[in-house]
Amino acid sequence: MTTAPNPGPRLDEQRPTRIPLPAKLRAPGWYRAALFDLIGFGFCFGLVVLIRSLMHEHPIVDGNAITIVSLIGVPLFFLVGLGVADYWFYWAAGKATRPEDHSAHGARTWRDYFRVNTDHKVIGIQYVCTSFFFFLVGGLIAMLMRVELAQPGMNFVTPEEFNGLFSVHATILIFLFVIPVFAGLANFVLPLMIGAPDMAFPRLNALSFWLLPLAGIMMLMSFLAPGGSFASGWTAYAPLSTTMPLGQLFFTIAVQLAGASSIATALNFLVTIITMRAPGMSFFRMPLLVWANFSTSLLVVIATPFIAASQFFVLLDRALGFHFFDAFVGAGKDGNVIMYQHVFWFYSHPAVYIMMLPGFGIISEVLAVKARKPIFGYRMMAFSLLAIVVLGFTVWAHHMFVSGMAAWIRIPMMITTAIISIPTGIKVFSWLATLWKGVLHVDTPMLWALGFLAMFTLGGISGIMLAMIPFDIHVSQTYFIVAHIHYVLFGGSVFTIFAGFYYWFPKMTGRMFDDRLGKWHFWSTFIFFNLTFAPMHLIGIEGMPRRVAEYAEKFATWNLLISISAWMLGLSTLIFIYNVVVSWRGGPRAAPNPWRALTLEWQVSSPPPIFNFDVVPTVVGGPYEYGVPGAVHGIFKPPEEAKPVPAGVGGQTTREHTDHIQ
Amino acid sequence: MVAFGVVLTAVVLAIVLSLPWFPSLASTQAHRIHTLYNVLLIASAPIFSLVATVVIFSVIKFRMRPGEEEKDGPPIHGNTRLEVIWTAAPAALILGLCIYSYTVLRANEDKKAGETLVNVTERQFAFEFSYPQANGKQVVSPVLYLQDNHPYLFHIRSLDVIHSFFVPNFSEKIDAVPGITTDLRVTPTRLGSYPAECTELCGAGHAFMRAEVEVVTPARYQAWLSSQKLNGTPPIGVPPAFAVQPGVPGDSTPSTPPAGTTYSNSRSSHPQTAAK
Repeated sequence: MTTAPNPGPRLDEQRPTRIPLPAKLRAPGWYRAALFDLIGFGFCFGLVVLIRSLMHEHPIVDGNAITIVSLIGVPLFFLVGLGVADYWFYWAAGKATRPEDHSAHGARTWRDYFRVNTDHKVIGIQYVCTSFFFFLVGGLIAMLMRVELAQPGMNFVTPEEFNGLFSVHATILIFLFVIPVFAGLANFVLPLMIGAPDMAFPRLNALSFWLLPLAGIMMLMSFLAPGGSFASGWTAYAPLSTTMPLGQLFFTIAVQLAGASSIATALNFLVTIITMRAPGMSFFRMPLLVWANFSTSLLVVIATPFIAASQFFVLLDRALGFHFFDAFVGAGKDGNVIMYQHVFWFYSHPAVYIMMLPGFGIISEVLAVKARKPIFGYRMMAFSLLAIVVLGFTVWAHHMFVSGMAAWIRIPMMITTAIISIPTGIKVFSWLATLWKGVLHVDTPMLWALGFLAMFTLGGISGIMLAMIPFDIHVSQTYFIVAHIHYVLFGGSVFTIFAGFYYWFPKMTGRMFDDRLGKWHFWSTFIFFNLTFAPMHLIGIEGMPRRVAEYAEKFATWNLLISISAWMLGLSTLIFIYNVVVSWRGGPRAAPNPWRALTLEWQVSSPPPIFNFDVVPTVVGGPYEYGVPGAVHGIFKPPEEAKPVPAGVGGQTTREHTDHIQ
Repeated sequence: MVAFGVVLTAVVLAIVLSLPWFPSLASTQAHRIHTLYNVLLIASAPIFSLVATVVIFSVIKFRMRPGEEEKDGPPIHGNTRLEVIWTAAPAALILGLCIYSYTVLRANEDKKAGETLVNVTERQFAFEFSYPQANGKQVVSPVLYLQDNHPYLFHIRSLDVIHSFFVPNFSEKIDAVPGITTDLRVTPTRLGSYPAECTELCGAGHAFMRAEVEVVTPARYQAWLSSQKLNGTPPIGVPPAFAVQPGVPGDSTPSTPPAGTTYSNSRSSHPQTAAK
């Protein structure tokens, strides 16, 4: 392969040696990043001292202000030091264009995963490993919370620490696990699926990834801040968040980094999907995972700026004394507290779909392949994704039925919320019909997919209940909400993540996982997941508020059961870790296409070659033509040699009568 | 399979309808919401049972048998009639539920004849209830006394951050939002002592922000009211006179917090001073 679409930066680039520094500190990498961190901190320190002395503020050296400025500045210096921006700086400075030697593609040793790398497959694995690290951290925090909640009374942490624990738990798992792990899986799989050699903007892709660990570390470092970690929940409602100790700013700023990462990745996906599909791959020949990430990326690009805005408001209120959310300033009372919630939920409701639509895509891939049947109603599956994108922006205030906003807004929001369940229902019913009369290979990925169908249905049902305003008024801000979001985000998103992780594990690592351990992992997770979260519906309606370190005696029995189940749920993850580590190191070699799938990523070796395809494939049929004699999705021949194959997508000739469901 | 689905629906319904979900229902609003919840359960059970039945049956009936490793299923791409049905039927169902919910909402929130106003003032981490009297003065109390079978309108305010006012037995709640006054209507229908909870995270003492609600007979209510001193100063606009009271007795009241725990934010609750 001689023509890569995008040259990457050369790591061994010769540079003029103007600064007398050792090569290690001049070359991009961790040494230079550490040096730049020091420079960055010095810069922020100096900036604060300079401004404060010019404005006659006392004391001139203010730890609070220096920390806030450093939280913004040091990560940027780190990224430059690590080398994510080298190419852009060279280009901007008018340096000679350096020919691409592909040295930044592929990973030869594990060390390559700790460098700035522009290969979408390396970045995908970086994403997945990083986010699973934060999955374990978030899960451990949940287990600590359940220690406190095992019995009534304060037993283990202080109320402040408890508020910090659940805030960090939610934030880490939303912003550092569910959202990025989907981006990571898609990063690896999506360019392969559409027959592209890489993402459209490989260097932007690398920058997107490296923003993430910074955001995660910043959130965890908030535990070290004076006054403890941020403790106003992941929702960070003002004016509580604007009056919190310094730890709150770690959230406010880390969310900006994670949000920037999301937006850049989503743009990258959009351009990749629109411009880099293989010849013959029309939109309605795209696998549904590609459709799902297309829809998700639209949501991310449109919605994420809103959470950025909400956190900028908080930053300005908290750090500079603005009064966006201060209802008590002066006689005018000009702050608007509820505005925070509108702006916040205008992102954070679509974020629910950002955390679910890629999972829908994964389930479509796994079910079609494992049931050996075409996806039932492919076009409706694609259209329902787009319907969710549009409707997803019309329901945000259903999070605010008891917020004190104008009462009439609740009615249209109830109706749109009910309506958005229809495209979701179409998807569930179509998956069920896909199973029907198939030849089901019930292995680990399939188990997770089937478990998802049942658990997500429960989460969807409680979601429709919550749309009904009078019932929502009773249960909002109680454990019923905690149960609902865990059925949607754990029974929904996390189950799809595991389905996809096991499904593509052979492709990503070139090794097979242990199917028996995978099934144990599924069943232990499935059982303890339900034992943990199902009782929360009950105690929620009974009246136990969420986000409390302390509760009434009458909830003690349920909470003890929940705590024990939650610890077992945490322990079941050990099976997963063991399986992954052992299989990755020494599992049996994976064949290129162990699942007999039609989509393009399975038509190359496992793991794929550095530039994905030696011959650009030509797509000649739909992605799920299982059972159609002689059907193929793509061939490795130029378009002019491609012959049409039978039964493209839509295949009206094979649409059957209702008699196959009785 | 149909039989299995029907039996599963019946079993699921029997379980969910017999569970003691709600605390004792103590208001007309709570009774309506309880009925609504039962309707939601009845509507939901068949949907969940349908999904579960199809999944379980598919796994049993269509599981790959030995020798079928290379076999594929029939290439069924879709079925327009079926797709129309599973779009239209849920749409009709949820439309019906929305209309019903709307009627419940109106019944719960419509203005009632002869309702009595009670002001609820919340701050970190306590409730204060004040009863405006005919002479323009107030009766102020840390315990909420209500007469049985009498409609109430609550005006809810916050002095610092967002709080909420929730009595689980009344099934009604609304946030206390700094800068605005929010409304809540409740008609208690059952004598007893109930907890009022703050359900919106409001800081370190959030879990301990509770108050007691006493629903009493009109005679006892009048006796209580006349025994109270009239407090001329309205509660809003001045620092509340009473101290933080964690651990008021009640059926959902948490135990006393550990000694040495203080429930104040380490920074001032006033953002203007926080910025300095």
